[in-house]
Amino acid sequence: MSEPTHVLPYLVAAWVFLAGCYGLATSRDLVHAVGCLSVCQAATYVLLLAVGYRDGATAPVFSDLAPGSRPVVDPVVQALALTDVVVGATVTALLLALVVQVAKRHGTVDPDELSELRG
Amino acid sequence: MHHLLPLLVALPLLGAALLAACGRLVPRPVAEGAACAVAAGTAVLAVLLLTHSSPPLTEWVGGWEPVAGHSVGIALTGDGPGLGTAALVSVLTLAALAYSWRSFDEPPHGHAGAFPALVLVFQAGMCGFVIAGDLFNAFVWFELMSVVAYALTGHRVEEARAVQGALTFAVVNSLGAYALLMGIALLYARTGELALARIGGALDAHGPPDALVLTGFVLVLTGLLVKAAAVPFHFWLPDAHAVAPTPVCMLLSGVMVELGVLGVWRVYDTVFSGPGGLPATDAERVLTVLGALTAALGALMCWHQRHIKRLLAYSTVAHTGLFLLGIGTLTPEGDDGVALYVVGHAGVKAALFACAGILLDRYGSVDEHVLHGRARPLRGVGAMVVVGALGLAGLPPFGTALGKSVTEEAVGGPLTVLYVLASAVTAAAVLRVAARVFWGLGPAPEDAGAGGGADAYETTGAGEEPETRRPLGRVPDTMTAVPALLLAGALAAGAVPGFGTAVARAMSEATSAGLVHTSVHWTPLGVGLGLLSTVLAVVLAAVAVGRPGLLAVPDWVLPLRRLQSGHVGDYVAWLLVGTALLGALAFPGVLSG
Repeated sequence: MSEPTHVLPYLVAAWVFLAGCYGLATSRDLVHAVGCLSVCQAATYVLLLAVGYRDGATAPVFSDLAPGSRPVVDPVVQALALTDVVVGATVTALLLALVVQVAKRHGTVDPDELSELRG
Repeated sequence: MHHLLPLLVALPLLGAALLAACGRLVPRPVAEGAACAVAAGTAVLAVLLLTHSSPPLTEWVGGWEPVAGHSVGIALTGDGPGLGTAALVSVLTLAALAYSWRSFDEPPHGHAGAFPALVLVFQAGMCGFVIAGDLFNAFVWFELMSVVAYALTGHRVEEARAVQGALTFAVVNSLGAYALLMGIALLYARTGELALARIGGALDAHGPPDALVLTGFVLVLTGLLVKAAAVPFHFWLPDAHAVAPTPVCMLLSGVMVELGVLGVWRVYDTVFSGPGGLPATDAERVLTVLGALTAALGALMCWHQRHIKRLLAYSTVAHTGLFLLGIGTLTPEGDDGVALYVVGHAGVKAALFACAGILLDRYGSVDEHVLHGRARPLRGVGAMVVVGALGLAGLPPFGTALGKSVTEEAVGGPLTVLYVLASAVTAAAVLRVAARVFWGLGPAPEDAGAGGGADAYETTGAGEEPETRRPLGRVPDTMTAVPALLLAGALAAGAVPGFGTAVARAMSEATSAGLVHTSVHWTPLGVGLGLLSTVLAVVLAAVAVGRPGLLAVPDWVLPLRRLQSGHVGDYVAWLLVGTALLGALAFPGVLSG
């Protein structure tokens, strides 16, 4: 594993994550909040792909590529990112279903008006 | 033997798939009986594997064995703590399923298998997490158990509060999980390894810790501590526990929260404890400060609740703090004590939730004030609540007491006072509830009639929907037998000679390859401290019941109560504050390194 030569992708990942957190903390709409959570998750994709990136390398698909003939990017992080996408789809779907139910039961999707559970 | 390891996950998953597919075709007793059989089978398997866990078992899934020291396969590790926790998870799942047999309303036609199937998936996720041998797998199981936990928390979708609590739980925990994943990615970037022990070795080979190791540590710990509900990551827990169905509460409080503690212990021990990780003094500082904060705030908030399920939820927060203090000693004695404490706590806390569930289904309320004196006919349940409270206080010979006494001696110093106080206050709150609700002692609270009089920042617990179709006329035998058995188990964990030593041996095999043997036994000091906190709990409860004015809510508690605002945005902000706090506490190690 070579030391990362580019810092930019890492900064982007941190920025996207914090932007998502800011959106979550100040959200006035639960659908928007779920979207912000997806933004946070997008930061993990950026980070994972940045970790596995190699200069001048190609995709790790060996169907038309003799093994060892040219550098490829790290396939492990791509597998991780793919798993992460699947996990994220599940979570987002469940969250949106819960938001629909909140809208039905409370008649609002504004978190400021959901104040039944306090103290 | 190690080939059986994946079955711990596969068995409940297969059972869940079967129930999801065929549940609608069979009558309800068959579906629930099958779920119980699967949970029991997994428990037997976990115990069987546990007897062979020395040396720890390793299984490469699908036969992808390492070649020339390099592995691309998925490793499962079955050591003492992992398999022991898997056994605890399975036993508690069985208890929750047996409890839900009669407590739950007849499910809608065509969905007989849905709830038990979800519980089995939950069990599979937790079992997978404890036997995961690499960090990414641990993340995947972590997410699986979380997603099922969100769904189970919001199981009663018709209820407004249930969906709100589940949503908060889901947002906060998912954010924690993404922080965990970012930490894992950073560690992979540095080491090129995902297996726990190999990451540790590669970090040590790289040299002293730097900013990247610190960031990885902080992010990984954020994810795990959100699950463990350490202050200030704990806000989701009372909301989720207040609204989740009772059998789910038993699992959430009994084992899922403790899995976060187990994760913290395992990650520090195998990844960060070497010279390339975080210095021991910094890890001690992080865990001790957070543990002390968690124990103090949890106990304080627990005392000021009138919603019985929330009260028990805060009691779990307080005990998590005690567990963190224990593993923060970084000594084998601390680890052994916490392991025993967790086992005893799981039995006691699950039993107490089960008793709260009986109140909810019988009277349609879990508000201490409204229920004042109403549960007099339920003498047996009242007795169980009192026994559970004594177990929380650490009355010998409960398993909680033995674990607590061993941990207290490992912790030592002024923190022992916190141990005694936190366990006494949480137990006193439960005793107070028992005295008022089951015996009608003390003056009736002024606002006992309609649930009015509470300030806007209080969740009262009045007007909750019973989980059965109509309030129970008679409490079914399964609902009383389950808490009784759980309490007996918690008692046996401390009273049966040799159990503590067996736990200590299982722990030492995982930490020091069996080289360091610790003995777990009762000491005069431990017994004395256990008795002290029990007496303190009884006195506090007696004062609270007899002279409510003396221990009324002081003004300085109100701001603390306002922090629990029910607003998901606030909780996310606190999560970020917690992450920054973690970084600040761990930072000196990087400077000196």
